[in-house]
Amino acid sequence: MMKRDECFRALARHVTDEVVVATYSSAVDWLALGERALNYFSVGAMGVDSSHALGLALGRPDKRIICLQGDGSLLMNLGCLVTIAAAAPKNLVHMVVQNGTYEANGSHPIPNTKVEFAAMARAAGYAHVHEFSELANFEQQAAHVLKQDGPVFATLHVERSKPLTYDYANLYDPARRVALKAALRAS
Amino acid sequence: MDADLLEAGEDTIELKGSSIIAAIKASGVEFILSVPDIVTSGGLLRPISRDPAFKLIRVCKEDECIGIASGLSYCDKRALTLIQYTGFLDSINAIRGVAVEYRQPICMMIGLLGHDPSTAPRNSPRYGVRIIEPILDAMGIPHHLINEDADVAKIRPAIEDAYAASHPVALLIGRRPSAS
Repeated sequence: MMKRDECFRALARHVTDEVVVATYSSAVDWLALGERALNYFSVGAMGVDSSHALGLALGRPDKRIICLQGDGSLLMNLGCLVTIAAAAPKNLVHMVVQNGTYEANGSHPIPNTKVEFAAMARAAGYAHVHEFSELANFEQQAAHVLKQDGPVFATLHVERSKPLTYDYANLYDPARRVALKAALRAS
Repeated sequence: MDADLLEAGEDTIELKGSSIIAAIKASGVEFILSVPDIVTSGGLLRPISRDPAFKLIRVCKEDECIGIASGLSYCDKRALTLIQYTGFLDSINAIRGVAVEYRQPICMMIGLLGHDPSTAPRNSPRYGVRIIEPILDAMGIPHHLINEDADVAKIRPAIEDAYAASHPVALLIGRRPSAS
């Protein structure tokens, strides 16, 4: 089993000018790796992060879009797997961090901790589907996964993290949205 | 003939689908995000699906539209969400968070299924229709009723204002647009 922050550290080594959509625990751990204008945290409602990512991918087919979604969030928007596969954006990498837990809401279990999201994505029609449970394997494959013609789906099996501090005022600061839009216009 | 088109003599007042589509195009909308709505299915969605000027993104559930439209707006791309009022109700939390609290230009064209166009929606005997405008009012979302051809002129200014000032807007379709 991997740790989410270690996975993100491995991922970050290969991220340059991609837009990264992240929410809740994923947003906290991603932001801990450093500030960047092309982070998209203001998702507004649990589950629609993957839909925001699709909009970005459709709007900027020249940019890679990475979505770091929690398993609880994806459960709220399972239909997005079909929508995304049908829209078929080549530039979207959809990663689901599966720890079986609603970490931000009191660490309660999701309804089925063994749910197979990768199988769902494959059945929905994603172009490439991966599952990672070993950090060394993910470190070796991350660059390749990010470059594949999408939509790409990857489940990252991670253990529950230590309690995090959720500074939502910082994550959802309107200045971030302004900076993101400016960064997209400039890139 | 498509089953969801108006039959001759079904409605005495025409609301031309082609006029609405022209107004949407004139507003710079490139993406249509939709779950089919029986009110607008024949007069709007079907011609839109055949029109190369639009990119139609079919979604599974209406709240996906809210996220997709937001993502597109960051890329300076305009989208119109074309849904039924039941889908609007199903998406309230996403609209609350994305459109209202984060002030995103989410433009929604909402079919009022079962509405009698000779009455005001908020006086409708149908509960679901009756609560739509009060909900929009409570959320502070500007809205316009498109009931006949003269109302089509409201569409472009509403969408332009939504994008200029970055706020949501709802365009309520009160009768079935014709396919002409």
